Amino acid sequence: YASGTLQPGVGIEPVTFLNPKAAALIAVKDDVAVIRINNPDSKVNTLSIPMQREMAEVMNEVWANGAVKSVVLISSKPGCFIAGADINMIQACRSAEEVTALSQEGQKMFEKIEKSPIPIVAAINGSCLGGGLEFALACQYRVATKSRKTVLGTPEVMLGLLPGAGGTQRLPKMVGLPSAFDVMLTGRNIRADKAKKMGLVHQLVDPLGPGLKDSDVRTVEYLEEVAVGFAKGIVNKSIPLTKRKGIMQKLQDYAMGIPFVRQQIYKTVTKRVMNQTKGLYPAPLKIIECVKAGLEKGSEAGYLEESQNFGKLAMTPESKALVGLYQGQVACKKNRFGTPEREVKNLAILGAGLMGAGIAQVTVDKGVNVILKDTATEGLSRGQDQVYKGFNAKVKKKSITSFERDTTMSCLTGQLDYSGFERVDMVIEAVFEDLSIKHKVLKEVEAVTPPHCIFATNTSGLPIKDIAAASKRPENVIGMHYFSPVDKMQLLEIITTDKTSKDTTASAVALGLKQGKIIIVVKDGPGFYTTRCLSPMLAELLRLLQEGVEPKKLDLLTTSFGLPVGAVILADEVGIDVAAHVGKTMTKAFGSRLDGGNIEVVTTMVEKGFTGRKAGKGFYIYEKGSKSRNINPAAEEILKKFKLSAPPSVSSDSDVQYRLVSRFVNEALLCLQEGILSNPMEGDIGAVFGLGFPPFLGGPFRFVDAFGADKLVQKMKKYEEVYGNQFTACQLLQDHAKDSSKKFYK
Amino acid sequence: LVQTKSKKTLAKPGVKNIVLVEGVRTPFLLSGTIYNDFMAHDLARAALLGLLNKTSLPKDAVDYIVYGTVIQEVKTSNVAREAALGAGISEKIPAHTVTMACISANQAITTAVGLIAAGQCDVVVAGGVETMSDMPIRHSRKMRKTMLTLNKAKTLSQRLTLLSKIRLGYLTPELPALTEFSTNETMGHSADRLTAAFGVSRREQDEFAFRSHSLAKKAQDAGLLSDVLSVNVPGKGIVSKDNGIRPSSMEQLEKLKPVFIKPHGTITPASSSFLTDGASAVLLMSEEKALAMGYKPKAYLRDFVFVSQDPKDQLLLGPSYATPEVLEKSGITLDDIDVFEFHEGQILANLKAMDSDWFAQTCMGRKSKVGVLPIEKLNLWGGSLSLGHPFGATGARLVTAAVNRLKKEGGQYALVAACAAGGQVVFDL
Repeated sequence: YASGTLQPGVGIEPVTFLNPKAAALIAVKDDVAVIRINNPDSKVNTLSIPMQREMAEVMNEVWANGAVKSVVLISSKPGCFIAGADINMIQACRSAEEVTALSQEGQKMFEKIEKSPIPIVAAINGSCLGGGLEFALACQYRVATKSRKTVLGTPEVMLGLLPGAGGTQRLPKMVGLPSAFDVMLTGRNIRADKAKKMGLVHQLVDPLGPGLKDSDVRTVEYLEEVAVGFAKGIVNKSIPLTKRKGIMQKLQDYAMGIPFVRQQIYKTVTKRVMNQTKGLYPAPLKIIECVKAGLEKGSEAGYLEESQNFGKLAMTPESKALVGLYQGQVACKKNRFGTPEREVKNLAILGAGLMGAGIAQVTVDKGVNVILKDTATEGLSRGQDQVYKGFNAKVKKKSITSFERDTTMSCLTGQLDYSGFERVDMVIEAVFEDLSIKHKVLKEVEAVTPPHCIFATNTSGLPIKDIAAASKRPENVIGMHYFSPVDKMQLLEIITTDKTSKDTTASAVALGLKQGKIIIVVKDGPGFYTTRCLSPMLAELLRLLQEGVEPKKLDLLTTSFGLPVGAVILADEVGIDVAAHVGKTMTKAFGSRLDGGNIEVVTTMVEKGFTGRKAGKGFYIYEKGSKSRNINPAAEEILKKFKLSAPPSVSSDSDVQYRLVSRFVNEALLCLQEGILSNPMEGDIGAVFGLGFPPFLGGPFRFVDAFGADKLVQKMKKYEEVYGNQFTACQLLQDHAKDSSKKFYK
Repeated sequence: LVQTKSKKTLAKPGVKNIVLVEGVRTPFLLSGTIYNDFMAHDLARAALLGLLNKTSLPKDAVDYIVYGTVIQEVKTSNVAREAALGAGISEKIPAHTVTMACISANQAITTAVGLIAAGQCDVVVAGGVETMSDMPIRHSRKMRKTMLTLNKAKTLSQRLTLLSKIRLGYLTPELPALTEFSTNETMGHSADRLTAAFGVSRREQDEFAFRSHSLAKKAQDAGLLSDVLSVNVPGKGIVSKDNGIRPSSMEQLEKLKPVFIKPHGTITPASSSFLTDGASAVLLMSEEKALAMGYKPKAYLRDFVFVSQDPKDQLLLGPSYATPEVLEKSGITLDDIDVFEFHEGQILANLKAMDSDWFAQTCMGRKSKVGVLPIEKLNLWGGSLSLGHPFGATGARLVTAAVNRLKKEGGQYALVAACAAGGQVVFDL
């Protein structure tokens, strides 16, 4: 805990309040009280119960002191103002009422801040999120550093919650209705310069370089000095609290004053939310309700609505699933294998295709030198262009400068030969999925790389041990399964064989983390975890198509179940050839259990060149520039040729959904049962972030917990009667069905 | 008062002695005033002719000419050559132009030193020039592209198609940037951050600006600025004085508002140098040649270094890095130096940096701080804040001022330092 010792201020000898247990320390500079927030037990500041209590005490002390004319609120944590409310505090609650009470407590505290008799300036450096932003919004003035670490936002919606401490009420008034909805419904991080433009902060302060002190330390000091200056300026009226509004702003305000316009906005926003969420996520709708209540029925009603909805949302399974995913994501951003002996400084990637170039793109800006090797100039040039385009898009979005793009690109070397491989610490191969080709490159690579060099294979289906069979150093061979597009998909599935050394694993995880990935580490086996779950679902999809379910209907049924893209579109995205290839390998490995539709359908499609999105034709036709996609009639013909009759007992819309989902979920559980997965959490993370399993369900394991293993087994039995062993529930699922106390998550 | 020096001379065995015979400059004038109609090569020519006249050097005795400039007039991209031809120097004498931001003239001088030391030349004129009264303002990239394609268009319809593509936005002109290309930050903005990083207060800066103007005024009144030439500007008469020196009062300085970071920055129009037009030139020779021609050299040019740092956070800290390096190279200490002439671009931050152990250890990789620079020996005849700062020309002004002060004050060693976008230089004289 911070001590109550004297804090030197600038100017007049500081007066200090004794505040021995405080996570918030006060120093007085002239007549400005500076409150420095510093949660003693954590690297970040969160609004926990003790923190709130202490803040209240500190504020009362400040208000009671007549000599203090204004306040500056700042954090002593590097890179963090207040990161939000304490999630554990909400999770510990057993009822909606308890959560509502928490919310009301927060609302009350911030109301006091808002009505403070002396101006309070929030000096923001680092993350100012959720409750932290709501705190800042209640202050009279906000100054933020232009640092890249400074982000403002209300990410509650991503946890199935809403800004429950006045955010839904203050934001619309501050930034206008459209921006407020944008901020709250997307939950995205807003950089300081954008925040200033929106009117979320009043002033920006530039980060400083090293001078007489470390640059981070001095930047915060400087922020404090500047904020103190503004606080004094507000008191002596040289700094106005309100900005003069421009014409656009005045017009917008006028329009928002018309009830009809507001109604139209609510309607449009609700429609958009329904389009995107299919009504599966309650939080966005509640946010709209709260904003509406505040604007239409007055602020008392608004605040009440906000706290009550906050309580209700916290108890929803959707919120619990999303919070679980958040926690899993945090866990999967750590390296449980320790620090590797050697850092990967030079990486070589074989194959400059979509995957290879994508991997290069996420690596080359992390201080790693990357060699991108291909066998032909056309492929290489296409790959380098892909990387350039990726960074250039960031320049256009102003998240990096053109100069940073150029220096980053200078760390990428494109080549056709193995020169320079003697300096390489790791090679990731992304060549064609064919065992003999993989063996060939493995041998070539081992001949030219140093003994410590790791060979990582980016395969989606071939067992790593089969690839490693050709290696002289199998302990250095590992699987790194990236998902396409690599720069967008957050998951990395790392696959270890019995022979893979722990240091190799640690190194692969370390690189993946550097690339910004969420990582699951699984055991080797055909299809590992993700491909293995996807495979039976695709097999079932094919059968459903053969049974005459329209692709568009299938897509609708799957998206309304919560998949981000329809299952048929997903097949086209993955590539029909890839699906065919994986399907064959998986059936070979697991026998008829992984069968479904007739594989002939897809092989015929591949023969005709309908390999999916990349070819412009799959089950759908893809045209450049056109967003609407039409059914590919030729693919329909093929399906007709292989038509099966649909058994009516298992072909209702709901049956269609559960036939797809139960096979996915059952296979996921089987992976845990067989030890491919080391825990349910990684299984959930892998399914959601790699395969688009509906986030509000939290993943296959949490889904079983919530849906009920017994109910799922019942459904599967019905399908088993028709289709046989493909729907036989695995032992683990049956165990859970028999004993309802068995849960994957306590 | 006789100070004992660590070394009697900085001459090095086997290294040619290179001397400065004379240095001159045109009056430095606020941009947009009397030099309004001059092009850069006009100013450069004035300095060159002035130098030749002052030294009575025959026009055919010059072996080479080097000039520094920052914002190039595209019509006279080798401004040194145009000035030389204009000054009536034989077309057989080569000339080239160098650029290195605010130390371009220093770069010109060291280039000359190199030419003489290598035995390529014996007599070199080095200088610098800048005019901000006229700048190459360009069409936008899109417009330029359209115009260039238009040149190649063969048929009327092709031309019309191209012309029809021109949008209003294409007509937005592109001004020469005073921003770092790599960071997109203006120098003033960077400077304000630098002063904040070193905790230089507004008051300190105001005081320093006040000092600069007061000292400059005093030197001007006392006739110490003997390097300033009289230049006849057609239609506007003869100018023989700098016109940016404006000694005011601390009270007036305090009233000024920050110019770069608003509203909480600390740099004001007074504590940053104004846009200036001007040119400077020095005559450098090998010692033998100078003596053979009957000149009495004013000073030896001994050592120099260029350093460079992070263009974002340490843009203007060159003097802090270069000063200890050049002293070590010469084998003398800060105490040995009699005359300091530093470019007044964020000089206070540099003084603080040199006096900080943390900075020395963390950023410069030195064991301890450089030391306290004796302010009583610094820029006693004014500096870039008061005299002005024509980017390309300042370096030669600094060197000449240091030499003239050495003579006047009876010192032995002088040190010149300047900061620039990216690079930096120091001389021992």
